[in-house]
Amino acid sequence: MNENIVNFIYLIAGVLFILGIKGLTKPKTAVRGNMLSALGMLLAVVVTLLNMNTVDYTFIVAGVVVGSLVGSVMALRIQMTSMPQMVALLNGFGGGASLTIALAEYYTKLGATPASFAELLHPVVADSSAFGAGPEGTVALVAIGLTVLIGALTLTGSLVAFAKLQELMKKSYGLPGGPIGNALFLIAALVAVALVVVEPGNVAAMVTVVALALLLGLFLVMPIGGADMPVVIALLNSYSGIAAALAGFILGNTVLIIAGSLVGTSGLILTRIMCVAMNRSLANVLFGKMAAGGETIDADEVYAGKVTSAQPDEVAMLLETAQRVVIVPGYGMAMAQAQHAVRELADAMEAKGVEVEYGIHPVAGRMPGHMNVLLAEAEVPYDKLVEMDRINPTFEDTDVVIVIGANDVTNPMARDVEGSPIYGMPILNVDKAKTVVVIKRSLSPGFAGLPNPLFAMDHTLMVYGDGKKAVVEMTTALNQA
Amino acid sequence: MDILILLLALFVLSLFLGVELITKVPPTLHTPLMSGTNAVSGITLVGALLAAGNDGSPMVVNILGFIAVTLATINVVGGYLVTNRMLAMFKRK
Repeated sequence: MNENIVNFIYLIAGVLFILGIKGLTKPKTAVRGNMLSALGMLLAVVVTLLNMNTVDYTFIVAGVVVGSLVGSVMALRIQMTSMPQMVALLNGFGGGASLTIALAEYYTKLGATPASFAELLHPVVADSSAFGAGPEGTVALVAIGLTVLIGALTLTGSLVAFAKLQELMKKSYGLPGGPIGNALFLIAALVAVALVVVEPGNVAAMVTVVALALLLGLFLVMPIGGADMPVVIALLNSYSGIAAALAGFILGNTVLIIAGSLVGTSGLILTRIMCVAMNRSLANVLFGKMAAGGETIDADEVYAGKVTSAQPDEVAMLLETAQRVVIVPGYGMAMAQAQHAVRELADAMEAKGVEVEYGIHPVAGRMPGHMNVLLAEAEVPYDKLVEMDRINPTFEDTDVVIVIGANDVTNPMARDVEGSPIYGMPILNVDKAKTVVVIKRSLSPGFAGLPNPLFAMDHTLMVYGDGKKAVVEMTTALNQA
Repeated sequence: MDILILLLALFVLSLFLGVELITKVPPTLHTPLMSGTNAVSGITLVGALLAAGNDGSPMVVNILGFIAVTLATINVVGGYLVTNRMLAMFKRK
């Protein structure tokens, strides 16, 4: 097939990807956008297949069948609460695909004819001209090296992120020396990339890049956990895109470059949004621990004798007379699988004429938009899910706020106590409401390890217990009232 | 060199376009955005097909290509399906 026709169809595919993402700017057009994007993918794949000269379909068919089976089972079986794990895995597979493509391209261009995987280690005599004339050869080698590096670290980093989210790995391990150890690893990997560029036949250097990058991915993500997960997932999402764009440079393929850079920027922007929402720099999330507070804040001192607890039926009486209620969900709601129960409580309130909205902090949950997806699953209309900047001015006119499974994002210390480790982090100002109901198992601290003065305020009621059970009891009591 | 400069131009312009597009996606749709872009990054399938199906390549390269095809297909199929499943839930009452 004519190269120009192929590239023209790649261009159409690229345009469809762009329209697909544009569709995601509104919930109404989002489904259609996703379809357009999928159509672009189909076009690109079909034209690639038609354009191949000597094709052996054995491995292609095998790969497509296995991949489709695994992909569709994952996509249809996954629970909405586990969506962060699914996205982590997909990031990893994207990195792995770029890694293996770069390696395949490397060995093909080298002219090596390894008969077995062991022979992949045998050095080959070759210079950069095997990869393209003049500077093109050098650029192709740099692109191969970097794709291998980023692809490999995205692969292992994402697998660790998955293991942590799935709670298969609970402890945090890291390289001794923390950021310095990681930096040394990265420098060593980059040196190995440089060696490959200078001496393309130095297969040992390429294998070293792979090994170092795989390890680096492990060490980068292993020390990170809990509430920092949204940043890590967004960043790995970005890496998987960058790796795809770099692979585009290796193959001189336009659609890979367009798609890869869109994904790369998407991940970076989400990473930035998450960091801003925690008032922390990316470096601080990746390498730092939460700064220790200037003065240690004693939980007993904050809470002693000041915490008021309540039973669900008492809360129901409050809700019955309220005019406006805001529900603030956090990761605890996902853990308790309480999203449907929450929706039913909201329905019961609305039946009594109460206005109900949801206040969503950007870093609530374990990935960007996690709470929104859970509540959408429970059939909460999306226009009731209100983002932080829009919900905050309304708390003063709110009769009751129900905080379920959220903690640090409501901690007034972030606003009021200068020198507190979370000072400056934007929070939901739930304490401005007339009454705050906090549903929580105990007074244990959140991810930041800080006591929350909100719990000790005069107008705060603590409802201890399982989130789902407490909400169901409130709904029952409200319906009987 | 000409081709390289063109590819670089495409790359840089796509980055700017990406920034313009993504900043307009509302926080409500950030999770589908991530899974949807995951599916898009499965475009590496195009490169994977070339590696897996080239009859002239050594078997080992084809096997690397097979791994790439499998992983990229999981991204494409899994990514689009799960995004569609999520987006179908976002309804106005």
